[in-house]
Amino acid sequence: MKYFLQLVLAGLTKGSIYALIALGYTMVYGIIKLINFAHGEIYMIGAFTALIIGGVLQITTGLPPVTILFISLAAAIFFSAGYGVTMENIAYKPLRKAPRLTALISAIGMSLVLQNYVLLAQTSDFLPFRSMIPNFSFLIPGKSLVTTTQLVIMITTVVVMIFLTILIKFTRMGKAMRATSQDKVMAQLVGIDINKVITFTFAIGSATAAIGGVLIANHMGQINFYIGFLAGIKAFVAAVLGGIGSIPGAVLGSFVLGMAESFGAGYISSAYEDAFAFVILIIILIIKPSGLMGRNEIEKV
Amino acid sequence: MSRIILEIKDFSMVFGGLRAVDHVNIHINDGEIVALIGPNGAGKTTLFNCVTGVYKPSEGDIAVSNPESKVIRTNGMKPNNITELGLARTFQNIRLFSSMTALENVMIGRHPKLQAGIFGAIFRDKSTRTEEKQVVEDSLVILKKLGLKQYANEPASSLSYGAQRRLEIARAMATEPQLLLLDEPAAGMNPQETKELDDTITRIRDKEGITILLIEHDMSLVMSLSERIYVLDYGKLIAEGSPDEVKANPAVIKAYLGE
Repeated sequence: MKYFLQLVLAGLTKGSIYALIALGYTMVYGIIKLINFAHGEIYMIGAFTALIIGGVLQITTGLPPVTILFISLAAAIFFSAGYGVTMENIAYKPLRKAPRLTALISAIGMSLVLQNYVLLAQTSDFLPFRSMIPNFSFLIPGKSLVTTTQLVIMITTVVVMIFLTILIKFTRMGKAMRATSQDKVMAQLVGIDINKVITFTFAIGSATAAIGGVLIANHMGQINFYIGFLAGIKAFVAAVLGGIGSIPGAVLGSFVLGMAESFGAGYISSAYEDAFAFVILIIILIIKPSGLMGRNEIEKV
Repeated sequence: MSRIILEIKDFSMVFGGLRAVDHVNIHINDGEIVALIGPNGAGKTTLFNCVTGVYKPSEGDIAVSNPESKVIRTNGMKPNNITELGLARTFQNIRLFSSMTALENVMIGRHPKLQAGIFGAIFRDKSTRTEEKQVVEDSLVILKKLGLKQYANEPASSLSYGAQRRLEIARAMATEPQLLLLDEPAAGMNPQETKELDDTITRIRDKEGITILLIEHDMSLVMSLSERIYVLDYGKLIAEGSPDEVKANPAVIKAYLGE
């Protein structure tokens, strides 16, 4: 029983991280119908920003770890959003009217550029990341089940989800985002500046990915330039699994994926952990090609 | 002499080898109801697309004057900036935001008029809340004017055809236009609905002071509504004048009926 609960909690933790990344994929896809393959790199850059800023602050100042965590998290969000928006401006915006495949290839190129840029600027080695999340004393009795970091990851994800739901459902920008994703020309004709909406979407998507990056770095304790690749692919799988373009779908897909990996690794074999993600993807797409919560697109002929 | 709201001078639109609109001159005065008619493929919708910034005109000038009589050339401007100058339009094939409610569709039209930013949305300070309340109230007023108030919280896609057409007009009105461009507003309507539309358009002009330019194939509606008519055929302007003048014009009869 305890083993089972541990697997559930590990699955939820993984699912949370996937969800934070998958949100960016699905929002960008919803707005400009582009699979932003460089999104995983934004997550990695978030982790590196936190490593550098956090490291410097730990050495030069005597601030408590929690303060450092918040400062480095804010820096990571700021930097990643900046990278996301810049990426959109230089690699996707000029291709707005080009065929979709062109922008997709540009995205793959962007991914390689960012990976190698971090490889050059840092090293190819795994760098140790000292956890900045302190242990909560009330968790000591349940310590064998869940760590403080896991709990923080899950809570943060829930908070981010609630924030995004409010943003999209009720705010002016959210309405503009929904309008843009449904009909770009019409959105402009009611006075919406769609370039602003797209920039904002990239900024928000990158910010949530950065939060994921900082949290996972705290959880795993080490990072390198390559962590964004697999995490990005997995989150992409999660977004497709849930129905790409749908925000609740991305969250659901992420948790399904996290659970599948956790249970697959726990009960079958941990050597095939990564394969479970793709097996689940194939099964679900055979049964429901539009994804768990995806809508069938009606194309006008 | 009243103010000219929209002036189109020597305007052409070329697609590859096709001249969809060929050296056309049109002007719309403040407070008029003007119709643009012509056989299918005459270039009417292309002209609308160029005026609202969906297409970039190939040749000529399109200028809009704002209430302070300042004339602004709009060639190549983005659609959202043209909307801010006070032009709004509807589409021949309905283009509502179908997964949103009727009310949200109208609220979206208020978008450029609002101030609240993202931080206001998060912290929900007093000015944001009052603004949001104001938007909902304004939007409900607009819905009421078009007889759609009872559908406010229905998804746009579940409305009847006639109601969807009226909702398109409501959304366009939410942007507070000085000139409303209607692309075949009566298409697919039954005679009863067309009659109501006639009254609605007249009311929008008389009560709201919004100038109207409409494309329409329903000749009885065109003749009863419009004060001036422009006739396009194969991209060329072949006639212009009052309904009676246009009806009697041999070139128009030829374009519609052949020789």
